Amino acid sequence: MSSSTELRHPQNQPPPPGAPLFDKPVSRLGDKLFSSAATGAGVLILVILAGVAAFLVVEAWPALWADSEEVPGGDGIVLYIWPLLFGTLLAAFFALLIAAPLAVAIALFITHYAPRRLATALGYVIDLLAAVPSIIFGLWGLSELAPLTVEPTRWLEDNLGFIPLFEGPASTTGRTMLVASIVLAVMILPITTAVIREAFLQTPRLHEEASLALGATRWEMIRMSVLPFGRSSIIGGSMLGLGRALGETMAVAIVLSPSGGITFNMISNGNPSTIAANIALDFPESSGLDINILIASGLVLFAVTLLVNMAARAVINRRRDFSGAN
Amino acid sequence: MAKRIEVKDLDIYYDKFLAVQGVSMTIEPRSVTALIGPSGCGKSTFLRTLNRMHELVPKARVEGKVLMDGNDLYGAQVDPVAVRRHIGMVFQRPNPFPTMSIYDNVVAGVRLNNKRMKKSEMDALVERSLRSANLWDEVKDRLKRPGSGLSGGQQQRLCIARAVAVQPDVLLMDEPCSALDPISTQAIEDLMLELKEEYTIVIVTHNMQQAARVSDVTGFFNLKSIGEPGGLVEMDETTRIFSTPSNKATEDYVSGRFG
Amino acid sequence: MSTSPPSLDKAPESGEPPVVLERPALTHGSLPRRAAPVALLLWTVLGLALHLLADLNPVVAGLLAAVGYTVVICGWSRSVEGPRKAHDRLVTAIVTGAFLVALLPLVSVLGAVLSRGLERFDADFFNNSMRGVVGEGGGAHHALMGTLIVTGLAALISVPIGLLTAIYLVEYGRGALARYITFFVDVMTGIPSIVAGLFAYALFELFFGAGVRMGIMGSVALSVLMIPVVVRSTEEMLKLVPNELREASMALAVPKWRTVLKVVLPTALAGIATGVTLAIARVIGETAPLLVTVGITSSDNFNPFDDRMATLSVFSYNQYATPGIPPEPFLDRAWAAAFTLILVVMALNLVARLISRLFAPKTRA
Repeated sequence: MSSSTELRHPQNQPPPPGAPLFDKPVSRLGDKLFSSAATGAGVLILVILAGVAAFLVVEAWPALWADSEEVPGGDGIVLYIWPLLFGTLLAAFFALLIAAPLAVAIALFITHYAPRRLATALGYVIDLLAAVPSIIFGLWGLSELAPLTVEPTRWLEDNLGFIPLFEGPASTTGRTMLVASIVLAVMILPITTAVIREAFLQTPRLHEEASLALGATRWEMIRMSVLPFGRSSIIGGSMLGLGRALGETMAVAIVLSPSGGITFNMISNGNPSTIAANIALDFPESSGLDINILIASGLVLFAVTLLVNMAARAVINRRRDFSGAN
Repeated sequence: MAKRIEVKDLDIYYDKFLAVQGVSMTIEPRSVTALIGPSGCGKSTFLRTLNRMHELVPKARVEGKVLMDGNDLYGAQVDPVAVRRHIGMVFQRPNPFPTMSIYDNVVAGVRLNNKRMKKSEMDALVERSLRSANLWDEVKDRLKRPGSGLSGGQQQRLCIARAVAVQPDVLLMDEPCSALDPISTQAIEDLMLELKEEYTIVIVTHNMQQAARVSDVTGFFNLKSIGEPGGLVEMDETTRIFSTPSNKATEDYVSGRFG
Repeated sequence: MSTSPPSLDKAPESGEPPVVLERPALTHGSLPRRAAPVALLLWTVLGLALHLLADLNPVVAGLLAAVGYTVVICGWSRSVEGPRKAHDRLVTAIVTGAFLVALLPLVSVLGAVLSRGLERFDADFFNNSMRGVVGEGGGAHHALMGTLIVTGLAALISVPIGLLTAIYLVEYGRGALARYITFFVDVMTGIPSIVAGLFAYALFELFFGAGVRMGIMGSVALSVLMIPVVVRSTEEMLKLVPNELREASMALAVPKWRTVLKVVLPTALAGIATGVTLAIARVIGETAPLLVTVGITSSDNFNPFDDRMATLSVFSYNQYATPGIPPEPFLDRAWAAAFTLILVVMALNLVARLISRLFAPKTRA
């Protein structure tokens, strides 16, 4: 640093002999070390992600070639995982069905309906919801929400039983796919809302004013300017939420008492488990091939969430490009 | 269609901050009224109170009266949404809806009020609006293409077409040419001279030559001093304002001795 | 009333347009200013009355009041203000209603945790482990310590990697490698937590054999979840540092690495600290990855490199999942642990807020 004055115009002035000879290599070494440390960290992340995939494949390998009889259920690995995958998709799908419209409404409320000061506080409250540990949602779902659903599900069975979803018999404990879906919906609400809210906030004021100046009411303004602008974020945010719901473990593990195969019946005790919940429930007691089988199911879950998340990111990033071009 | 606007003792606030004070003026129908003045003197703020866009800013409010042919725009029973339907606005930067086609942009405002309109009527309206914005010949072959694909000047004329499509009484223009090149500016200025046959036009501009070229009446806005609210200094026929204004500050400003 | 014919507006001397549009009159009927709040109040009172007097389920009563209010205000508005305004009011009611519905679970969750968690939230709970406890009593001292150790180690792993990666992406990253890293960091945010746990297990099993359980395994699993969060938030903060600062420093012939260390990082420090704190809050409550890697024990074990440890979240799950007879003491402990966990998370969030509030003005000045 002592030679900073001499170095101020390195192009114009010949370096005075002596000093820079000592300074330059040191700073270059620092640069090199620092930039390679930074690059190394970045590469490490790629390695970790590749490692996650590789180790899971290695550990899952024995399960893929195991005899059918050795797999729990005795019908082979595919028929073991398939009901779990079905349960995972079913719970996540209904969670999304509940959460997505709510998330759009909340994002609209925060960005365009609530008074500004209140809106900031509300945004914070929603973010807080994201920080609540999943185990708490599980305990809450089981002890608070599940009993509340017993009456309504009985009503659903009596009056809407002709729909396969509500075929029944209605559970007397409330430990149903419906409750699992609602809990998941509550859990993915914050992330979905956050993405959509962000997009709604970025709606160009110009476009909002353009529709208002034409004599649009607030809702008409939202339909003309805000929703078209946020459309891909609504899709992207929902898919991110879907990814979360697919991988959520503890809440489902606590709420569901898995005892059935594939069924669309949302309100009965007999329901499939999900991949993640099944791992959490069985892993601590397993050994040998059973562990490999569970890891194989985890690999399937990994692949599914990876696909969903990549699709979600692609959609969101496309919006970013689009709005940047404007 | 054109209507007279009378403003009486209008004070404009942002919360507790008084931005513009004591404006009174009469805006004649079938004429172009230009509002000029240095940055931050409240021209645009004033313009936005004429169609009640000002109150979109939280806690913004006005005191005083704005009358359109005798009806108080700030009366108790007046719906701000209906006011904006009668008084159209063109913004500083062209803002066609990016997700809509040219056609849909033009009828965007019309669709709000007229749910069931025949296709042929709609087509006629689009053609008429685009013609009155001098844009028809340029876009008639690509009405279904997105409006954002047009050049800046074309986009601004599309916005004018969108504003006149709802057949307003008054057209407000907030520096409509400031984002445009000279040729596009020329096109918009020509358009203004045609539109004033049918509408009352109020334009805010930074460009004094533009005010001199297009307007019949010019109002000069200024801050009394730094930290004071802005206000209307003088309003007169444009030729008078630019030749023999009665106020010293106006003369300084129009002759470029300002600031 | 609402859409009166335009006769009033027609100017006889102007050329009549070929299409005469329907135009709303400037002044048309509107509801009294207090109409909406008063109607809302009336229906709220009615709902309360139904709940208290007619003994209706509170949820049903609330729903009934909300629907009643919406119908009344929209119907009234439709007859006085016209369909467009009524539609607007309908959407306002729906949007606000949806928001309130979404707040219900939050309130319910916090209420449940508070009311049930306080049962065993006492000194005993924080001074004892579960060693030798088969019924009442016992505590989560060992689990609280375990959570702090495992999460602390996770932060120790994640923060340097995350920070350096963010620096790479913002200051150095160009071309394909940076694009890949950005993309896969995004992908990593979506890894299910249980999969992260399985990864850590698979990794350690290679070296230590089947059935291995260690605290550090949990830290590795949590790091997989935490790194992308740290990278994302740090990246955002570094991007906020104005480029002029970097150029000013470089123009003084300060080498790039010193510019980053002495100019860029200090400027963004408050934001980075906030992001890291939030990242810790995000992973400290994780259960699934710890369940398959760290396991659970009833005794003190504060050595993360040797055998099972207890952590708060797994402790809570374990107390719930394997209750004794009677189950109440176990459930009480589960809720007390959950309550402790939520307190820790809230405290971390608060700290993050404080950091950004206390230190941010300096960076902006």
